[in-house]
Amino acid sequence: MGKKSVFIEGAISPQKIASSIAHHQVKTNIGAHDIFLGQVRADIIDDKVVKSIEYSCYQEMAEKILHDIREAAFDKFDLTCLHIYHSLGEVSAGEICLFVFTSSAHRKMAMDACRFLVEEIKEKAPVFGKEIFEDNSHQWKTNT
Amino acid sequence: MKVKYFGMIAETLGLEEETWEIGGMSSNVFQEELLKKYPVLKSYTFKIAVNHEIKSKHVMLSKTDEIAILPPFAGG
Repeated sequence: MGKKSVFIEGAISPQKIASSIAHHQVKTNIGAHDIFLGQVRADIIDDKVVKSIEYSCYQEMAEKILHDIREAAFDKFDLTCLHIYHSLGEVSAGEICLFVFTSSAHRKMAMDACRFLVEEIKEKAPVFGKEIFEDNSHQWKTNT
Repeated sequence: MKVKYFGMIAETLGLEEETWEIGGMSSNVFQEELLKKYPVLKSYTFKIAVNHEIKSKHVMLSKTDEIAILPPFAGG
């Protein structure tokens, strides 16, 4: 995915996902795609409902880590291409905040790589999330 | 050296970045100094990155390093 930034401001639109799929129709050596979409969940914590998550990151480090994760995926799996997009800023419950898209000749590589990428991103990317409740109070989210 | 704070730690300290006019200390001494300066951080979980890499072992820090104090990640 070259030098394009992984991070985009706000939610990832379904249109972006659709057009990303469309862009791969010219790559006819691909036989399988796998897609992971992370969506902001309206958790209820102590009777308060999460209305959105505000994402921030340590951008220089996150870009480096995601570059390393991408290289590791290309080494480990036989992929045609892969794309990662993550939101920054506020994303409302129900909206998409992570889009991981892997393509390969066959399904196993695409599916295994997609899972690998999602787990690595959650564990290693220095991204922080503030869960904002409907009453505008907040707490900080932690990946488990 | 430059010290950066993120997420809940930046919020608690009311601070995103500062300069420490010291170098030549090890990362474990740095961590002790950090907790002395900001005792509130004793109750926080965080990792220390040096020049964009998380260091689990002790390393020597120099004046030109960029240190980051990173609370738990929440990406995805």
